[in-house]
Amino acid sequence: MKISVRNVTKTFGNYRALDDVSLEVPDGELVALLGPSGSGKTTLLRIIAGLELPEHGNVFFDDDDAARRKPGERRVGFVFQHYALFRHMSVFENVAFGLRVRPRSTRPAEPEIRRRVHDLLGMVQLDGFAERFPSQLSGGQRQRVALARALAVEPRVLLLDEPFGALDAKVREELRQWLRRLHDEIGVTSLFVTHDQEEALDVADRVVVMDHGKIEQVGSPEEVFHSPANEFVLGFLGQVNRLEVRALRGEPMFAPRPYPDLGATAPQARIFARPHQVGLAKTQPDGPAFPAKVVRVHAAGPIVRVELASEFGEIRAEISHDRLRELELRDGVRVWVGLLEYRVYPHDGAAERLG
Amino acid sequence: MARLGSVRNRRARVLPGFGLTLGFTLTYLGLIVLLPFAALVWKTADLSWGEFLAKVTDPRVVASYRLSFGTALVAGLVNVVFGLVVAWVLVRYRFPGRRLIDAIVDLPFALPTAVSGIALTTLYAKTGWFGSVLDRFGIQGAFSPFGITVALAFVGFPFVVRTVQPALEDLEAELEDAAASLGATRLQIFLRVLLPSVLPALLTGFALSFARALGEYGSIVFIAGNQPMKTEITPLLIIVKLEQYDYAGATAIAVSLLAASFVLLFAINLLQAWSQRHHAA
Repeated sequence: MKISVRNVTKTFGNYRALDDVSLEVPDGELVALLGPSGSGKTTLLRIIAGLELPEHGNVFFDDDDAARRKPGERRVGFVFQHYALFRHMSVFENVAFGLRVRPRSTRPAEPEIRRRVHDLLGMVQLDGFAERFPSQLSGGQRQRVALARALAVEPRVLLLDEPFGALDAKVREELRQWLRRLHDEIGVTSLFVTHDQEEALDVADRVVVMDHGKIEQVGSPEEVFHSPANEFVLGFLGQVNRLEVRALRGEPMFAPRPYPDLGATAPQARIFARPHQVGLAKTQPDGPAFPAKVVRVHAAGPIVRVELASEFGEIRAEISHDRLRELELRDGVRVWVGLLEYRVYPHDGAAERLG
Repeated sequence: MARLGSVRNRRARVLPGFGLTLGFTLTYLGLIVLLPFAALVWKTADLSWGEFLAKVTDPRVVASYRLSFGTALVAGLVNVVFGLVVAWVLVRYRFPGRRLIDAIVDLPFALPTAVSGIALTTLYAKTGWFGSVLDRFGIQGAFSPFGITVALAFVGFPFVVRTVQPALEDLEAELEDAAASLGATRLQIFLRVLLPSVLPALLTGFALSFARALGEYGSIVFIAGNQPMKTEITPLLIIVKLEQYDYAGATAIAVSLLAASFVLLFAINLLQAWSQRHHAA
């Protein structure tokens, strides 16, 4: 089922949570809504589910206008960050809830309910847990019960609000891989909210980056990571070095490679480079480079992270362990920094990819 | 060895003062709660079994039990319904005057019971504001079991509100969202999700309200009318016996009342523990 959000606006008092947002989620895709807290991503999810009503705009499931449909009529599976399991019910009854509350004419018979609940519990790998209560489960297990409960009503779309936000790092990573496999298995159109860029890039077919109630960019994980539409997206999808440079006669004082004339209106420019795009050298290289002092070397992990101090402020670099040995970096050592690849955002906001 | 022993002792008692505070607790409970009970039973023991049974099964006494337990039960149930509604409104909605209403809930706690008794009697008497209206429908307001129930509901009301309020505050709004998105109607959400979640608190509130009503005296003596066999509550009967210097008779009734209410409260506690068995988050 395709989800179309058209020109949705939602305000809470004076606060504009969503500002004329339009979005298409193609059938069968797993899409991440990524943004900082307060970006409106959860509000958008709740509007799609019918748990909030927009002031303007519509939500369509395929060509079905959902505006007048109550949450229960939308056939949407919703998974909450804090599980929202019914504590007084067993795991079985939690999953069966959506079937039991149906009007008698569409309610499946008891043996059919049993069969479906047990199938779902098998799918979320909680076979032996039917008679347990939520208080007897771990966080990861609870979230899987919540997922089974949402799937029990055979939803047309699955909406997950920070589904792994309350879990610890290791469980979170396992569970998101598992969600990806589950999605590939059942193929239901899914939209999940997260503020964790790694989670979004890792799991989703498509990432929707949001900020201040607006969509900043929609694209595949590769697109949003490698071709960010603007400064915000670039900064939000991982660490980035930001170098304020003064442009003199259209030529910045520091320029690794030439770049277009920014004109007299842009006496200042910002150069952005991710830590892995920063190159370090012991002696001054041929290309443009500037000196810096090593502040700290973090060598624990597959790559080495180096913090440097320069006239452009703090610089973060990521190098290999081999390179670390060649350079013989220690705290306090002076090195030369060059940018292997970088982006320039002049003040009009459009991105130029260079290098 | 001596050092090892002292280390072990330290580990066993992380919080200091356990012995002292437990000793104090037991002494205090003994003096304030158990000693009067013991005296009660002791005084009753002046009677032989035959005399005791005769005193506590006297028709006038039995009629008073029926009235006291019946009205306390009805008042408790009334409080459960309206206390839940008031607690719900106070927890779920934000409106001007909410704090004022919240404060008014405690009024029955603060008011001297005799004052509330006189006020209610004035209102529910045939000539009073409510009593005159009720009279038109053939209902006797004051000086009837109806009036007693009203007064008991009044004094027990805050117990239900104050026990249910925190339970409702703990209830995430997401539970309702979850149930709604699974297709439940408002009524199904209330009956299947909200009510079972607050049931333990509701039972506690009921037990407190009921227990309070059973022992209530001050506000009832005015509104009851105190006709023997009809509107005489058990606590009043105890006072009557005391005024006749029949101390053993008074304590015999008190002991039977105590035993009955203890059994009831124990049963409610069991029920509550059962309904709460899976509520640890």
